[in-house]
Amino acid sequence: MNIVVCIKQVPDTKGGVKFNPDGTLDRAAMLAIMNPDDKAGLEAALRIKDETGAKVTVLTMGLPKADAVLREAMAMGADEAILVTDRVLGGADTWATSTTIAGALRNLDYDLIITGRQAIDGDTAQVGPQIAEHLGLPVISYAADIKIEGDSVVVKRQYEDRYHELKAKMPCLITALSELNVPRYMTPGGIFDACDKEVTVWGRADLKDVDDSDLGLKGSPTKIAKASDKVAKGAGEKVNLDPTESVNYLIGKFKEKHII
Amino acid sequence: MNKMALEEYKGVFVFAQQVDNVLDGVAFELLGKGKDLAKDLGTDVTAVLIGSEVKGLADQLAEYGADRVIVVDDPELKEYRTEPYAHALASVINEYKPEIMLVGATAIGRDLGPTVSARVKTGLTADCTSLEIGDFPLVAAPGKEDEQKHNQLLMTRPAFGGNTIATIACPDNRPQMATVRPGVMQKIAPIAGAKANVVEFNPGFTPNNRYVEILNIVKAVKTTANIMEAKILVSGGRGVGSKENFKLLEDLAEVLGGTVSCSRAVVENGWLPVDLQVGQTGKTVRPQIYFAIGISGAIQHVAGMEDSDLIIAINKDEDAPIFDVADYGLVGDLNKIVPALTAALKAELGK
Repeated sequence: MNIVVCIKQVPDTKGGVKFNPDGTLDRAAMLAIMNPDDKAGLEAALRIKDETGAKVTVLTMGLPKADAVLREAMAMGADEAILVTDRVLGGADTWATSTTIAGALRNLDYDLIITGRQAIDGDTAQVGPQIAEHLGLPVISYAADIKIEGDSVVVKRQYEDRYHELKAKMPCLITALSELNVPRYMTPGGIFDACDKEVTVWGRADLKDVDDSDLGLKGSPTKIAKASDKVAKGAGEKVNLDPTESVNYLIGKFKEKHII
Repeated sequence: MNKMALEEYKGVFVFAQQVDNVLDGVAFELLGKGKDLAKDLGTDVTAVLIGSEVKGLADQLAEYGADRVIVVDDPELKEYRTEPYAHALASVINEYKPEIMLVGATAIGRDLGPTVSARVKTGLTADCTSLEIGDFPLVAAPGKEDEQKHNQLLMTRPAFGGNTIATIACPDNRPQMATVRPGVMQKIAPIAGAKANVVEFNPGFTPNNRYVEILNIVKAVKTTANIMEAKILVSGGRGVGSKENFKLLEDLAEVLGGTVSCSRAVVENGWLPVDLQVGQTGKTVRPQIYFAIGISGAIQHVAGMEDSDLIIAINKDEDAPIFDVADYGLVGDLNKIVPALTAALKAELGK
């Protein structure tokens, strides 16, 4: 069984956020980690590997420095790693990202593709289902549990007020929630091995059945009109009085506003 | 992407999400926003209703502003599954060619939206908190005024955990698609007896490998109030100190006819259930009055409540960021202020 886990290197949103002059994110200037939902997806794949001996390949699209999350994934137990990187792929929205990743996946044998539900930088949750659409695969989003049963997967699909237990024939694509599991740590042996292993690097020419018009900034149907740091709403009045006076102040305001 | 004949696409469409044949509140919110956008564009609003035996819901959509309702009714659509629903919505888009397609950013919409956008080959902006009609680019480059496009859907959304705000356009593809965060847009006051033009459409459903099998449906037992519907929220944070101390907030909520909600820290401490959590990873609320009590005001919390009509913060730390978004801030000990406020309100309201 072959599992491909799509992972993304994301800026740690606790650090500062920087933009290029064209309004796209300046990823090069920010601290980077493996996206949490993706890491849960990787852990789910590694647990299937522990049980069945499946082969786990990790794939990412990004700048050359995204190599770091692939090495981390291999140190956790992934067998192979592919980095899709090319200047012409830069500035991609979710459409152009999903066409790129689908183009890379067409080169691989897979029974199961796992992505994170969403990345903490964009929070869109769009790339997983869009990859499935480009590849004509069944998709199960928001997975809170994944089990393999013969040639099928059985997944607990989470909604706001319920879950559905769904069964899909492989090949299929699943998007993983962080709640799925607690990812394992890298092992010292794994870190040692990961340094020796090769990361396969693919560029534009390695993508299968994709038009140039569907790639990068030019191939992105959505365009950024404006991006900015969030401006806080202006502060109102603040008082520092003893409790009784505080309450009187607020009751006065409520009367002024005809709330009481 | 291939160039599209954009002028063929007309009208504002909203996906009218229903589960168990009950319309989701976000459907009405989208209709409310859809009406504003349609007015700016001089067009009308169509609700797309997908399910099994759902035609009876069309009148309700009319009361909330739908001029037309396209009903896709088929036994395959009884429960939400990505494939038959994506086929239904994509077929409606290909047949009726809307210029704008809005979908609620729910656990259904955030699966259906991307699948459909990829199928009809257009862009999709996720989790929008503001939508308006305007120009793209916002300001025309000098000498390139004729390249500026008018009457575009400008979709604004937070990103980076609420640290940034981006406004996105989809100038060369149709429909312009967005998922919209529940609780943000305003529904209209329902117009009793309003009728919409109801159109039935069935593209045919032939199960294939992409139709997943539903083995089981497990509904969560609902025991808590819906904080998204509340007019007054009395919200507590870590500063409340303990589960027991939430009694102070419950008393205040009771005298005002409000509901208790909380920040993430409270859920993490096991003091209140996650259904009551306001914020980025909880619910977005916009009550008439929001009390933030013992809540420091992390950006993730503020993202979920800053659009409340009136915000009152009570916190002992006078530098707490919550005061930056509060209309009225009381610096002091919540254990003293909250009971005194409850007592004073009781006296004022004659309770």
